[in-house]
Parts: sequence; C-alpha cells; structure tokens
Amino acid sequence: MSRVITVIILLVFPRILFAQEVKLPEGLGDLATMTQTEDSGPGLPFDLSGFVESRIGTRLQRDAHEKDTSIGEMRLQIGIEKDFEALTVNFVTDFIYDPVLNNHTIDLETGQGFADIREANVVFSPFDFMDVKIGRQVLTWGTGDLVFINDLFPKDWNSFFIGRDNEYLKGPSDALKAAVFFGDYNLDIVYTPRFDSDRFIDGRRISFFDRGLGALRGRENPVVANRPDRWFQDDELALRLYRSFGAYETALYYYNGFWKSPAGVDLNNGQVTFPKLQVFGASVRGPVIKGIGSAEVGYYKSADGAASNPLIKNGEFRLLLGYEQEIATELTASVQYYLERKLDYGQYLASLPPGAIRDSKNRHIFTLRLRKLLMNQDMTVGLFNFYSPTDRDGYLRVNISYKISDSLTVSAGGNIFYGSRISSFFGQLKDNSNIFTALHYDF
Amino acid sequence: MKHIAKLFLLLAFLWNVPAFAMDAMDIVRKANHVSYYNGEDGRAKVKMRIMDAQGRVRIREFIILRRDEDKTDGRQEFYVYFNKPADVKKMVFMVKKNMDRDDDRWLYLPALDLVKRIAASDERTSFVGSNFFYEDVSGRGINEDNHRLVKEDDNYYVIENTPKNPGAVEFASYKSWIHKTTFLPVKVEYYDAAGKLLRRYSALKVEMISGYPTVTASSMEDFRTGSKTLMNYSAVKYNIGLPDNIFTERYLRKVPRKYLR
Repeated sequence: MSRVITVIILLVFPRILFAQEVKLPEGLGDLATMTQTEDSGPGLPFDLSGFVESRIGTRLQRDAHEKDTSIGEMRLQIGIEKDFEALTVNFVTDFIYDPVLNNHTIDLETGQGFADIREANVVFSPFDFMDVKIGRQVLTWGTGDLVFINDLFPKDWNSFFIGRDNEYLKGPSDALKAAVFFGDYNLDIVYTPRFDSDRFIDGRRISFFDRGLGALRGRENPVVANRPDRWFQDDELALRLYRSFGAYETALYYYNGFWKSPAGVDLNNGQVTFPKLQVFGASVRGPVIKGIGSAEVGYYKSADGAASNPLIKNGEFRLLLGYEQEIATELTASVQYYLERKLDYGQYLASLPPGAIRDSKNRHIFTLRLRKLLMNQDMTVGLFNFYSPTDRDGYLRVNISYKISDSLTVSAGGNIFYGSRISSFFGQLKDNSNIFTALHYDF
Repeated sequence: MKHIAKLFLLLAFLWNVPAFAMDAMDIVRKANHVSYYNGEDGRAKVKMRIMDAQGRVRIREFIILRRDEDKTDGRQEFYVYFNKPADVKKMVFMVKKNMDRDDDRWLYLPALDLVKRIAASDERTSFVGSNFFYEDVSGRGINEDNHRLVKEDDNYYVIENTPKNPGAVEFASYKSWIHKTTFLPVKVEYYDAAGKLLRRYSALKVEMISGYPTVTASSMEDFRTGSKTLMNYSAVKYNIGLPDNIFTERYLRKVPRKYLR
C-alpha cells in the first residue's frame, strides 16, 4: 500500500524528485560557469564612486575677449552614499584644477574655484506617501531635450558651451523637495529658500554681445550681477502635479521666482538683474507612431510693468514639440520644434529706445539629435544641432566617445556656433566655437 | 482503499498524458512560462561577462526586478538597477512589456536626476553591449514564429521555429532543445537561410529555487563575431511581494532598497 502511495506522489508531484540542482542531460554546453565573485569592494562603510578626468579644448578662431584655450581642467569627483535605517545621505563633490579661469577661490554658488559641491543631501520618507530630499541636489523635470520650459532649476551654460560632460549642464539647487504620492496623482514641491540662478554667460569664459555696449564683451569686463539673495524672501517655489493615462504621462507645472539668467539691467550701476517671474505650464509625453512624442507649453509671466519697460524682459509664451525614434539599428534620431513668443509685442516695440536692436515677435528653433552606437556599444557618435530660421543662426554639438575599457573612456567633440548677425542668440557666440578632448576614468 | 488508490493512479496518469503527446505550441507555451514567468514576481542579481574575439572582457552587473501583471503570461514590468560598470552605476532601466504594441521604456540618469523616455528599439539588438538581445532577456513572443516539433528523444523536444515576419529578424530559423522534465530550453541555435549557425544559447546550470527550475548560468555565443557572453544569476528569489508602484517614476528617482538588497 505504501509503495502505491509513493508511486502516486511521484507521479502527481514530479517536482519533489529534484534535488537542489537540476541535473542537465549530458552533452550540452561545457558547464563552465563563471567564478562567483561576490562584490569584492574595498569594504568601505559607505558606497564610494566617482571619476577622474582631464579635459582640454581650444577655440577654433581668435577671440579678442577670451583666451584661446576654451577648457583645460583636471577634475576629480568623489561620490559618497550612506544608507541608514530610515534615511540615505548623499555627498558628491568635484575637485577642480582649472588654469583657464585661474580663479581658485571657492564659490559654491557659481561653481568656481577648487571645489564644487554637486550634491549634499538627505533623503527620507516621513510617510508612506511622501519622499523628501533636503539639501544640495540636482533637479530635472519636463520633456525637453536640451531645451527647457518648465524646468526652472539652475543650468550651467558655461559648462555646456565649453564641452564639459552633459551632467554639468545642470547646476545644483539648495532646496527642499517633497514628493507626495496620492495614487494616480503625484505632486512634487520644490522650495528653494534663496534664489539659485543659472551659471549664466557672464564673459568670464564665454564672450557675448552686450546690447547696451553694442559690442562683444568678455573676460576684460565680466558681468556684475545683482542677485536676489535674501533668505526666505528671495525664494523660489516650483510645483509639478503629474499623472499617467496609460502609457501617456501628463503634468502641470507652476513656478514662482525669478528669471534664471539675467533678464534686466539696473541703469544706475550697470549690474544685471533677475526680475520676478511666474510660469504656468503643462506637458504630455507618450508613444506616437513608432517612437516617443512630447509636447510642452509654458506661459512666462514677467515682473509687473515688464511689457512697457525696455530694461525688463517681456512675458513669453513657449512651446516645445518633440519626437524621437530609432531609425536604424542602434541609431536614434530626435527632432524638436521650439517657439518663444513675446507677449505684449506692441508695447515692447513702443518702449524700445530709437536705434535699439529689435527682437522679432517669434523665435523659432528646430533641433535635431542623432545618436549612433558602434563596436558593441563601446563607441558613441552623437550630433545635436540647434537651428533658428528666424534668427538665422544655430549651434552644432558633436561628440564621439570610445570606451577603452569598462573604466576608461576617451572622447572628443566640438561646439560650433554659427549665424549671420553678431547680436543673435547663437550668432553672438561665434568666436567661442571650440573643440575639445577628454580622458575619463570611472571608479 | 484500494479503489481510491486506483483512482489516484488513474488521475495521475491522465494528468501526465499530455506529456507524451504534446503539440509544438503547447511545448513552446510551457517553455515560455518556465523561462520568463516563474512565480508572480522575482528578483535576481545578474552578472554578465562579455568576451570579444580578441579576448577583451567587459563586465555588467545589475539587479533585476520582475513583476507579472496577471497570470496569463502576458504583460510584465522590469526594473533594472545597474551596479557595473562604474559609468552606469545607479542608473535604472525600466520596461513595461506589452503584448499588443512596442514596450514602454524609461531610463533614469541620477547625475542629472533625469527620467528619460526611450523610444522602443529593435528587440533584436544587444542588451547593454552583450551578446544577449533584449528579446533574449525578456522573452520572444510565442506567436511571432511558427513552431514544429521535429524530434523527440528521452530528454528533449526539439522544436524548429521559423519567423512569421522574416524581415524583422536576423535569422532564418532557430531550433530549441527543450528539456522534457522542466520545459527549460537548454540549447537554442539560430541559423541563416543557408543553414549556417549564427548564434547559440546554452543553459549551463539549472537550480531549483522555491520550487522553480531556474537557469542560473547561461551563455550566448555569436559565431559571426567570435564573441561570447556568460550570464550568471545569483540571489534569485520568487514571490517577494513586489508592489505595483515600484515600476513608477517614484522609484526611478528613489531606489527601492528593500527589494534590491
């Protein structure tokens, strides 16, 4: 009887026949398995990562206002992450030796000097439905690719134009971020107690056209900024309410703070200013045809009286449409259309002093990105072009990188500005066109 | 008592009958299930060793979380957290696998705090630079090929698969050796139109984990380039109770440590 039951069990539950390892029939594969090496890290009490790199670049033409060397720096990034029971601490700092700027005094707001703290924050979840991050952090939202409407977190345009790695386009914010999750709806609240401006073009590294002077301006006469800097008074609030409808992601945005790059001048002392700004926006992103489509809009409400004040930037309506698709094996293309429309254009024209440069009402920009992976994805070739038919100018970014090993990457690239007018957005940067090369070791 | 035992025997026999007379589609369906749909969800540490013809080695290490939407062997969600190499450390790749349209994919870049939506790519391109394709990692739709049982021996069903849309793939056909007891494909060979071997998948080690036979070591060889990838799974767990919301923007930006440890 018991034998019968055993047979039954074996027939009904064949799985219990297996030992811990299922013997594979012989003759397949050489059964050569890898040696299982568990993380043989240095046994540090925290997680350590970072890189060291050197990056040099040169202008392709003489610029009477800047050095020929567009970039020349050694950079060491140290990232430390430590998990505690209920919170995580992140600290990422860069140590830089930069003979080009040759100003080694540390300024954590502008990122100049020997050290630049990228992150110094604490992350925790006070409730099931809330994540909080307090301290210095990098923040990004919105749907644009190198074009931003509702992402009003600091950008570092100098880094972008001289050929630093892409991550340096984002400057750090000193802020509190609370993310609240209500099921379908989610709300991000970012409060910055003291205004964090862009690391804008001020002439120290990149020359630009000064409309007041009517001439190019560079390191001989860098811009002096009058930054709103009172704690808890000159503050910024950024909100994002988002939810998904199936594969489509939608969001509403609100920002209350200041223009992130100078948008005004104080005639008394010639200092640039950051007038008040409110932005109301929305975005949607999701699958379209064979790729990803996105749309984003923003209404930029400038400071009171901006419309008739030539010293303060006008209010604007901004629109961005984007589409990305893989067009061949490991080749991705994306295109964007971007519109900046001046509101109150009549008042703007009427307020301009005689002979002043007039911007057109609409500024259109088309962007194209191509990205190709080669050699088992060890090589990346990328191209990004901005072209404005209204300004008849543009900006071409090219980059090629090759991974010599898992840790070591060599790369080269260029930032080429073109345009027919010295006063246009990209045209003014023509003398800054540059090429660069970098050697980068990750650990 | 004897009658009951007989009844059991009869039931057991009936239960096992299909195993002796299965058609190709049933075998493929079962193989798909045990390869990609064990349990309701799962977690594994994955290590890839990519070796090119010159003997250069690249390493990829990541943790993969998987959750099935239902029990129909249909939609699934994947969360891939990278540890190595260093330049992609802490990046997250998230996929929602769809049956009726292209998968939805996201990439989170921590240095920029950027949640990027990625246009779905050809499923038959390299996953993270290895010899495994996206489709090898997440499964090829069983309705994309015609299946034919060409051979059966004590250990294997040998299935020949020909694509319904030959223009969409690099192979003309592939043959899978499916282990009869576990239904795991133990070897898969891809051929071109001339019958030349292009790629070969081999299961190198199978372990029983929570009652599920699991391939914990496998390789993919590419005979056109002479390169090979070894893939090891460790710390495999099934039915860990992954909440649905792990696969949302919240946990792209804030890593769900509890489930990655």
